[in-house]
Amino acid sequence: MNHNVAIRFTDVGFSHREAVVLEHASFHVHAGEFVTLVGPNGAGKTTILRLIMGLANPAYGSIEVFGAIPRSVIMEIGYVPQYMNYDQAFPISVEEVIRMGMLRGAGRDNMKVPVSEIEAALGKVGIADLVNRPYAALSGGQRRRVLVARALAGNPRLLILDEPTANMDKGSEQMLFSVLGELKGKATIMMATHDTGFVSALSDVVLCVGEREGEEHGIVRHASIPADHVSPNAHAEPLIRVLHDTELPDNACCCDDGFSGKAPAADAGAAGSAKGGQQ
Amino acid sequence: MSFFAALFDPSMPFVRNAFMASLLSSLLFGVLGSVVTVKRIAGLAGSISHAVLGGIGLALFLDARNIIPGLPPIVGALVFAILAAALIGVVSLKAKQREDTVINAIWAIGMSIGIIFIAKTPGYADPMSYLFGNILLVTSGDLYMLAALDVIVVILAWRFYPQIEASAFDEEFAKTRGVKTDVVFLVLLAITAVSVVLLQTFVGIVMVIAMLTLPTGIAGYFAKNLRGMMLLSTIFSFVFSFVGLSLSWQLDLPSGAVVVLVAGVAFLAVSGAKIKHRA
Repeated sequence: MNHNVAIRFTDVGFSHREAVVLEHASFHVHAGEFVTLVGPNGAGKTTILRLIMGLANPAYGSIEVFGAIPRSVIMEIGYVPQYMNYDQAFPISVEEVIRMGMLRGAGRDNMKVPVSEIEAALGKVGIADLVNRPYAALSGGQRRRVLVARALAGNPRLLILDEPTANMDKGSEQMLFSVLGELKGKATIMMATHDTGFVSALSDVVLCVGEREGEEHGIVRHASIPADHVSPNAHAEPLIRVLHDTELPDNACCCDDGFSGKAPAADAGAAGSAKGGQQ
Repeated sequence: MSFFAALFDPSMPFVRNAFMASLLSSLLFGVLGSVVTVKRIAGLAGSISHAVLGGIGLALFLDARNIIPGLPPIVGALVFAILAAALIGVVSLKAKQREDTVINAIWAIGMSIGIIFIAKTPGYADPMSYLFGNILLVTSGDLYMLAALDVIVVILAWRFYPQIEASAFDEEFAKTRGVKTDVVFLVLLAITAVSVVLLQTFVGIVMVIAMLTLPTGIAGYFAKNLRGMMLLSTIFSFVFSFVGLSLSWQLDLPSGAVVVLVAGVAFLAVSGAKIKHRA
């Protein structure tokens, strides 16, 4: 199944100045999977995403994206950053922000893309009417939608979203998950969130960062169960509960029994390899 | 004699040269100033422009002492500007946390070297003329160099507009679209260094940074995108230069200082009006 692996971390270590962020971290995810990367603030989620995109290099270990080094497949990746060090005085329209997502290296073909295509990209997140508006004039939620549309404008094989629901109103959040639901299966999706208890029900795989005692800098795969008791009206999309006490082996996806990581509610505790239990 | 009469007086070619210098430098102030402003490197440009005095002082000294006879000050200025830009570039890319300190150190050291060498230069050398410039001393050679630089800057700004815009708006995202943001930054620093050397002959070292930022600051209130900002600030620069030049001629005042004063008053007036409008 190697040809089908979208991202593979093998024994990866990374430090930022003196601080250790990752130590001997290994995981893999398959093409078309929806992966939720969970961890508290500062655990290293953004670092993992930056490593996947080749924006940072590991101190040791290897990272493969679609079987190649990250930098060589950077154009295949769409990225929605957590926040931008954005200058309010920067004069730029929504149209130009979307064109940025169609940029390829030193080329300037993105300037020739018809406005109808830009509007179509914005239409996916329900804001085609904002195409001529200044980016600075948008609300926080609208800006997040624009950044999602910008990432999708390059037709990515791998979509990376870093805390995409931050500053989002409920309507925008619903729209986001509806878009991700449509994209699921067609592209690999990796979404980071600091909400460690519940994650989107779209998730096929839940990876947790910085949770296991004694191995705070590793990445572990956890099982999850439907969160039936959570009121569907209280959240923008259906959720599943992460079972932090049920750790799955990295090859859980490849087991013959077809175990996918989503445990049935009744026997969730027995479903995984049960190596965890520290949480 | 009025400024207009002097402009068309065949016996006063220096007035026409001054007019042409203001026209040609306006394009640089507008296009380069817009990029410097949105990239938020006005401090870097200020440091480079002040370090230039060191090169001018050294060149005057070496010439006057017959160590390198006939060495023009502009050569010393160019060497110091490129050195300062290279140092700032390396520090900014490799040790961002030290950037501020290095910028201020280069600023101060460059000026100190200049003042010391000018003090030790036999004969009379007035640092004020380099600090505040004198557009009426602009030669035809200066004009050719300004025109050549205008052409280079406009071609680069047009060809690499998407890369410049993306790396200024969201550098990390630009990297994920394959933009060599470090190259964009270093080329921008080099162009800024050369431009500062040529522009200081017009408004002087101290004033260059004001003319790179004030017209752009006003344009930022009205422009919808970076292209519009470049165009508007070029127009504003020319208007301020022309009005400043006319006033300085009529009132017999230093031209560089008057030009910057006109730009500064216009910036404060527009900013005040905008703030009042929002309140």
